[in-house]
Amino acid sequence: MPAFEPVLTRNFAIPDAHTLPVYEARGGYQAARRVLKDLSPDAVVQLVKESELRGRGGAGFPTGMKWTFLPKDRKETLMCINADESEPATFNNRQLMERDPHQLIEGILLGCFATRASVAYLYLRFEYINAFRILERAIDEARAAGHLGKNIHGSGFDLEIYLHRGAGAYICGEETGLIESLEGKRGWPRIKPPFPAIEGAFRKPTVVNNVETLCCVPHILDRGAAWFKSIGTPKSYGPKLYTISGHVNRQVCVELPLGVTARELIDEHGGGCWKGRQVKAVVPGGISMGLMSAAELDTKLDFEDIRKTGCLGLGTAAVTVMDDHTSMVDYLHNTCRFFAHESCGQCTPCREGTTWFSKTMTRIKAGGGRIEDLDILRHLAQNMGITPGTTICGLADGAAWPIRNALDKFRPEFEDYIRTHQNPAAAVTPLQQAVARGKPTDPVVLHQIQLKAAALAARPAAVAAIPGP
Amino acid sequence: MTTTTTTGPILSEPLREKIRAFFPRYPSKRAVTLPALHLVQEHFRCVPNQAMAEIAELLEITPAEVHDTMSFYGFFSQAPLGDVRVWVCRSISCALRGGDELLRHACQRLGVEPGGTSADGKITIELAECLGLCDYAPAALSDDGRIYGPLDEPSMDRVLELARQGPVADPPPTPVIAAESTRH
Ligand SMILES: Cc1cc2nc3c(=O)[nH]c(=O)nc-3n(C[C@H](O)[C@H](O)[C@H](O)COP(=O)(O)O)c2cc1C
Ligand code: SF4
Ligand code: FES
Repeated sequence: MPAFEPVLTRNFAIPDAHTLPVYEARGGYQAARRVLKDLSPDAVVQLVKESELRGRGGAGFPTGMKWTFLPKDRKETLMCINADESEPATFNNRQLMERDPHQLIEGILLGCFATRASVAYLYLRFEYINAFRILERAIDEARAAGHLGKNIHGSGFDLEIYLHRGAGAYICGEETGLIESLEGKRGWPRIKPPFPAIEGAFRKPTVVNNVETLCCVPHILDRGAAWFKSIGTPKSYGPKLYTISGHVNRQVCVELPLGVTARELIDEHGGGCWKGRQVKAVVPGGISMGLMSAAELDTKLDFEDIRKTGCLGLGTAAVTVMDDHTSMVDYLHNTCRFFAHESCGQCTPCREGTTWFSKTMTRIKAGGGRIEDLDILRHLAQNMGITPGTTICGLADGAAWPIRNALDKFRPEFEDYIRTHQNPAAAVTPLQQAVARGKPTDPVVLHQIQLKAAALAARPAAVAAIPGP
Repeated sequence: MTTTTTTGPILSEPLREKIRAFFPRYPSKRAVTLPALHLVQEHFRCVPNQAMAEIAELLEITPAEVHDTMSFYGFFSQAPLGDVRVWVCRSISCALRGGDELLRHACQRLGVEPGGTSADGKITIELAECLGLCDYAPAALSDDGRIYGPLDEPSMDRVLELARQGPVADPPPTPVIAAESTRH
């Protein structure tokens, strides 16, 4: 196999690559000039379809196919670029926006030309303050140079890109949550259908694409669908930005062909597990995707292979490594806390479920767990989300998957923890304690306890010591 | 008998002009809710009720609709924020490297709970879910755009010292403070 040549990150090491002159000197906007002059929008859609590019935002939906769902007789199309990147451990979109903003703008230009959208809203999470400034400048530069605005490169095609800043809500990354937020409302995902392609932002046909997805487009048009399909694994073609963080020696973002294994990522790119320790478990693609055990490290991180491990999918390809000193109770407590914080509260199973997960994990962690809790957790996790069909969006699936995987793969550890960590005081939740102290608005702070197994009576006695509700 | 007190509008004309400048970008005025709330919070360091009523009038919607949106997003605050707002991440990659402990440490230093503002009004400390700075985990961010990480307790103290000196206009794209042990 020929050596892999990075394309999405090819300008990252070049000084001032975020400026227009440098981007153009590196061949930038050539694809756009040629396409706008020589190709029809439908031909661009066709090429992207042939490349079998799949969305990089999490769901892996084929991009070209998504574009063909737009009504043929539409008067107007809107493009939304999803730059809300908030999935824990994910920072690849940030790299693309900060280090090569014109690559993204060229991708947006081509995506909009293909779908005949003349307005594009780039929904950027507020926390990306640097990216906001860099993109603002890059858009101005591109407009001044005629890459945006009216009659771009004499093609008769017009395009404006507007930056729209979020306000700290993970759920606005869900495409219809994003659309509601863009319209000035709370970010409550919509019931589908209708899908955005039929009725999206401002009730107009709308395409929502991720930053990295669009960054692939100029290269596909430049080098062809066959080139794109020569990279990666079957059904998962092209280059991908993987991020590695957590217990590794180097926390980095690297571009690799789709389908690298977790082991390769950790050893060759993350500098190995830190402190000379062993890997215990890996989050494969943002916490929503679940958990892989050390025995599954040779799984290919692509859209297909990963599912064999029981994980939800590739997600954002954000790999978090946990060493053998990590408690799975801490891991699960952390993910449950995240989803309880980020559920939009619209569907009962998700609103109540995520809150209950988080409270239960807090109680277990603090020493008030019961073995039955694990069965209830597992049962609830089975019944919450769009997979079983009980919620509006996939956040609930993301909340359920870490529980499913952690309990299926590490149940003995949870049982062991519950047996050896019994503290009657922990049966009262931190919130109940706060209320008892007359400070009901206290944030819920987890009280640390250190309990030794030997100091504890056998479990039945400990359970009896916990006062009932 | 009722007494009426008349107070002038709190949104100045230049601020209103900035809000109106967003109108041409969207097919509906309501879409300017978030941009308007951002402008107001940037200006007042909070979102006063009166400002929401005035935004509503500008956008031709009701104050309740503005409030509904405002209250959904963790970003907006009705209590005045400190001069610099610092977010400390507690999501998975940071938590694995001590994010929760750092947040607790920072809160103790300032004598406040997460979301609280130091007595001198200079720093608001907030818990955050993933800031997208996991390559610098455990990481923190301030609302002037400066990023910090990987952090430990001594470097967190330096973050607070720096934040106490006020916001900067031109944040660099790389961390301004990192733990000694992680510098190369
Ligand atoms: C809870 C939730 C959060 C999401 N967050 C993001 C996000 O931050 N960025 C993103 O691109 N897609 C996110 N998605 C996926 C989007 O809904 C959508 O599939 C994607 O933006 C489509 O773009 P793509 O086809 O180019 O991947 C999220 C989905 C869910 C259910
Ligand atoms: S599944 Fe959860 S996050 Fe998604 S719409 Fe329902 S309540 Fe909101
Ligand atoms: S997990 Fe802390 S910045 Fe991403």
